[in-house]
Amino acid sequence: MQLVPRIVATVGIAAIATAMLGATGIQDLRRLRGSITIDGSSTVYPITEAIAESFKKAAPNVKVTVGVSGTGGGFKRFAANEIEISDASRPIKGSESKACKDAGVDYIEIPVAYDGLTIVVNKGNYWVESMTVEDLKKIFLSDSSAKTWNDVRPDWPDRAIKIYSPGTDSGTFDYFKEVVAGKKGTIRSDMSVSEDDNVLVRGVAGDEGAIGFFGAAYYFENEDSLKAVPIRNKAGKNVLPSATTIENGTYNPFSRPLFIYVKAGSARKPYVRAFVHFYLKNAAEAAREVGYVGLPEAIYQRATKAFNTGRTGSAFLDEKGEKKSGPITELYK
Amino acid sequence: MNQPNPASRHFQGLIERGTSRRSAARVRVDRAFSLACLGITLIAVLALVILLASILIEGASGLSWSFIQNYASRIPDQAGIKAPLFGSIWVASICAIVALPVGVATAVYLEEFAAKNRFTNFLRINISNLAGVPSIVYGILGLTLFVRMFGLFGPVQNPAFEVGGETFAIYYDSMGEPLRVPVADRNETPRLVTGSIGYMQDIFDGPDGELIFTNDWSPIPLTIVNADADFSPAYGVITVDNAVEPIDFEIEKSWYYVQFPFGQTVLAGGLTLMLVVLPVVIISSQEALRSVPGSLRAGSMAMGATRLQTVWKVTLPASIPMIMTGAILAMSRAIGEAAPILVLGVALFITDVPQNLMDAFTVLPMQIYNWTSRPQEEFRALAATGIIVLLGVLLAFNAIAILIRQKFSRPLQ
Repeated sequence: MQLVPRIVATVGIAAIATAMLGATGIQDLRRLRGSITIDGSSTVYPITEAIAESFKKAAPNVKVTVGVSGTGGGFKRFAANEIEISDASRPIKGSESKACKDAGVDYIEIPVAYDGLTIVVNKGNYWVESMTVEDLKKIFLSDSSAKTWNDVRPDWPDRAIKIYSPGTDSGTFDYFKEVVAGKKGTIRSDMSVSEDDNVLVRGVAGDEGAIGFFGAAYYFENEDSLKAVPIRNKAGKNVLPSATTIENGTYNPFSRPLFIYVKAGSARKPYVRAFVHFYLKNAAEAAREVGYVGLPEAIYQRATKAFNTGRTGSAFLDEKGEKKSGPITELYK
Repeated sequence: MNQPNPASRHFQGLIERGTSRRSAARVRVDRAFSLACLGITLIAVLALVILLASILIEGASGLSWSFIQNYASRIPDQAGIKAPLFGSIWVASICAIVALPVGVATAVYLEEFAAKNRFTNFLRINISNLAGVPSIVYGILGLTLFVRMFGLFGPVQNPAFEVGGETFAIYYDSMGEPLRVPVADRNETPRLVTGSIGYMQDIFDGPDGELIFTNDWSPIPLTIVNADADFSPAYGVITVDNAVEPIDFEIEKSWYYVQFPFGQTVLAGGLTLMLVVLPVVIISSQEALRSVPGSLRAGSMAMGATRLQTVWKVTLPASIPMIMTGAILAMSRAIGEAAPILVLGVALFITDVPQNLMDAFTVLPMQIYNWTSRPQEEFRALAATGIIVLLGVLLAFNAIAILIRQKFSRPLQ
């Protein structure tokens, strides 16, 4: 019952501290304590792992765990209130957003890096110099499935096309499908599918008639054994994926942003705030280290602002929960 | 001399006729068959040798004390396997400790006690079928049954029942310094004496790369404090106001801390693996018990032993070597499983080893799979090194089973 005098004393200390430190005070990350549970996309995992590894050194008493349940699996756990942060290799879907809303989970959307989805063919493929999205439609859509390269363009040889695709529940597949097939179209099912992108790399590298797609990181690591296809962008130019073209947006429409979604309720916790700020500060470097591409600095600034002001909801959904399409630089304000 | 009976004379005749007529051809077929068998065996062994050799060649160079001691890292040279190694040992131990007694007891009941009727037949058929169910299905079962407990006890992060932990409600002062208030459980709002406390609003990057928390905070009205609480926020500002929800909870866990639902913890992982291997353990234990000669049981019963005494002193000791062989197979499966663990939603990146049954964990197969699917070549070498460690753990568990087998495989007296 000795509390009241102590409180007076504390108020005194606070006043002095405020006066001494002025407008700002330095928070030592070492003093933070808590645990942060993260799950979601295995594409985003390497970035989050890198950030968590560095954060552990700065704030040794904050336990960060990162899972790999996939983008969809991560959002399910997010809506079930099991995790603080969800890694996602695509923006949240309307249905997932609704599930979060129904469960009372508000989220803050934070883009962290770019991944350039790369279309690759065999090294021995001499005929493909570039492709358009229309060409890809001819190959990948289920209602216009080309059997041979000749079916795609008449000046290409009469060779069978062998398709290698990531698993249909991966964010990579979702993104490719959205660009090539749109909302209503379907991707053909007679493809070689693997969850392991290295299997796709080996598949395309070993088959002259092959075509496949996966994240740019896998192409950058295997440039000797694969040929990336320049894709005609909206400006009508054929562009190869590279750190420069992905970041400046000329490699479109196949460069996709990667996200983390932070539970608004958890954003009140100082160690979660510190982690997200740490993430935003180091995302570009971490992304580059693990084979992705950093976002333009302006996007990180907008994300920091969105997080600091606690702006919930997705920039990729309209009021009705319908999907908005467009580059992140235009949508994410 | 005994008169040979008619049957043996008949066989004698067959053999002589065979030898005389197609002896050379038969011997050739026989030799060809045994060569074919040898060839097939060699193919199987060769595949194993190639597998082990390629893993050793690729991974042995990465094997070092720091690989065992380090946690996962984005830099291949610094990456280690400590968290999955300890996680695998934990879940495999829990799996063995639970699955073996339960499995053997089930087998003993079915073989030694249960009457052979429709019901027990139904049980036997079901257990055989369960042995063929893909492990991922057990993962889904484990997720519902152990991790979430059908949602009966609330969400995983806010369990309804906790035993063996001290709960603290956490508030933060204007400097982000935590204020810990002991409470009975997560539902209790701390008792009001007086007070209100703020928390910081913003964090900015300082000029030297440090994070700076501004004093631009808004006070949260706070119910403080159990008067005996050790309370000294560094820069806290306190005003009188009403109760608010704590921002966070912290549990100081004793070694026997248990929460319901279990969540993504070592106990849930171990029990899920137990589901995977239980049918295998039951069936191999049944086979082991069946192989004990009936005369031993009859002898024991004739000496006046009860059925329990017979099982405990005669049948079980005689069958333990075979049961342990089944246990080796079961544990090998449990340690190598990634799918059911992945379905539970356990984390992959962890920077701690489990301290009690309710700690987070990850397992070796998950880490190995993640490394093999990375784009960088160096991580695939790490995966090979990880497989060597996995084989080491496997051999260690099997060695324990073999020791037990040796102890019991004395000739019966």
